[in-house]
Amino acid sequence: MHNEQNLVVEIKDLVKSFGDNHVLKGVDLNLYKGENLVVLGKSGSGKSVLIKLMVGLLKQDEGLIKIFGIDTAGLKLKDLNKLRLRIGFSFQASALYDSMTVRENLEFPLVRNTKNLTRKEIDTKVEELLDAVALPNTINQMPSELSGGQKKRIGIARTLILNPEIMLYDEPTAGLDPVTCIEINNLINEVRERFKTSSIVITHDLTCAKQTGDRMAVLIEGQFNSVGTFEKVFEEATDQQVKSFYDYNFIR
Amino acid sequence: MAERNEVSRPVITKKLDEFFSGLAKAFRFVKRFFQEVWFPPYEIKEILRQSYEIGYRSLPLISLTGFIIGIVFTNQSRPSLAEFGATSWLPALISIAVVRALGPLVTALIASGKVGSSIGAEIGSMNVTEQIDAMEVSAINPFKYLVITRTLAATFMIPILVMYTDFVALMGSFLSVNVNELVSMSTFFVQVFEAISFLDIFSSVIKSLIFGFTIGIVGCYKGYNSSRGTEGVGQAANSAVVMSMFLIFVEELLIMQIVNAIRYA
Repeated sequence: MHNEQNLVVEIKDLVKSFGDNHVLKGVDLNLYKGENLVVLGKSGSGKSVLIKLMVGLLKQDEGLIKIFGIDTAGLKLKDLNKLRLRIGFSFQASALYDSMTVRENLEFPLVRNTKNLTRKEIDTKVEELLDAVALPNTINQMPSELSGGQKKRIGIARTLILNPEIMLYDEPTAGLDPVTCIEINNLINEVRERFKTSSIVITHDLTCAKQTGDRMAVLIEGQFNSVGTFEKVFEEATDQQVKSFYDYNFIR
Repeated sequence: MAERNEVSRPVITKKLDEFFSGLAKAFRFVKRFFQEVWFPPYEIKEILRQSYEIGYRSLPLISLTGFIIGIVFTNQSRPSLAEFGATSWLPALISIAVVRALGPLVTALIASGKVGSSIGAEIGSMNVTEQIDAMEVSAINPFKYLVITRTLAATFMIPILVMYTDFVALMGSFLSVNVNELVSMSTFFVQVFEAISFLDIFSSVIKSLIFGFTIGIVGCYKGYNSSRGTEGVGQAANSAVVMSMFLIFVEELLIMQIVNAIRYA
């Protein structure tokens, strides 16, 4: 499964600093087709920076990011936008547009990126996605009327409306209660099955990591300390920082 | 070594650096507006929505202020003219003052407080909550959707509001003149239109377009470049008002000099 042909994201020697704060110090990472890769790390360890670099919201200082074999460095905006359409980005705080209803939030990227859609086609697509995230009744609600978990689901639905091949989840369970966390974790797995996506899940929640991830990558001090299955990374961990991360999450 | 240099750098140099880099950033922002405004998508629906927000929703405040200004300015001018027995000149005096300066200036100042702060806060809040990033990753140009629409709406709505303010202020003035000097409406407005020239109206419209553009672009710039965090939203709204008011006064001064040079050439 993990061969060159199935490689959708390839990151090599990625370096990113903000002034004197060296966030990423030579990161290597591969994402293969159909897998859910979880990137774990403490707050401020550069997890979100990593995925923002992938979609061009930030520019790397050094290193290579190849998505579907395309080197993102130096891409023209038009080409970058073409690539962005193949990547879904679910934001930590959902980033729903305040002034729009749920329907308008979902329609917005669809209408602007797809020509000649009829009203009926747009409605069908929106309803299909709301069904997929189990929130069909919220269609005419404003974001301010939704709970945190509902906002996350709508954010994911809005991302999925463009049929992305890669999903990037930035802290999908942050700020949610344990029951809603499990619902979101299940949704991440359902999205993979139903929409055939490959995903990178950024989190510091080990329950989320265990439930959603095929592989884990632990980001410590700007580099991936260990990469592998949950069992390999945590249960056989010898590194003190990785062990303490596990101990804190599961109160061993 | 680098740290020592940083510490020993005079504060004035730092401030000047910040000032000029800020100026360059603002210049690039305005340049980007003029580069992108001509090309599709034109976001007509959003421009109309913003025009409604900026224009229609400002009407109550503008109406009240314009009307009061008309009455107050007339009442304050009357004693001076009365000393020379020239109260019959009141309509001419008021019309020149309102059309040439008061109407555009008062409308622009009110709009910079109401519209500029609202644009700054809205875009700043969208920046803080990653809504602008969400547009970018969906391959939508947020500059076109947020900045160009709002700036165009402000540019075209402020002249309309100015004309409305002029009318309401003149109505306020008429009320005062009618009550005190028993002048009829037709006589009042004949005197009003005799006093103002094409240049007055033309310069007022041009001035209003420039004021509108200033309010829109400054509000957008401050919101778009707000620092992350809720404090940044407040600062964006506040500095949008301060900066646009300052620029409006500077523009008023410059335009007045140019128009006077044309008038007396």
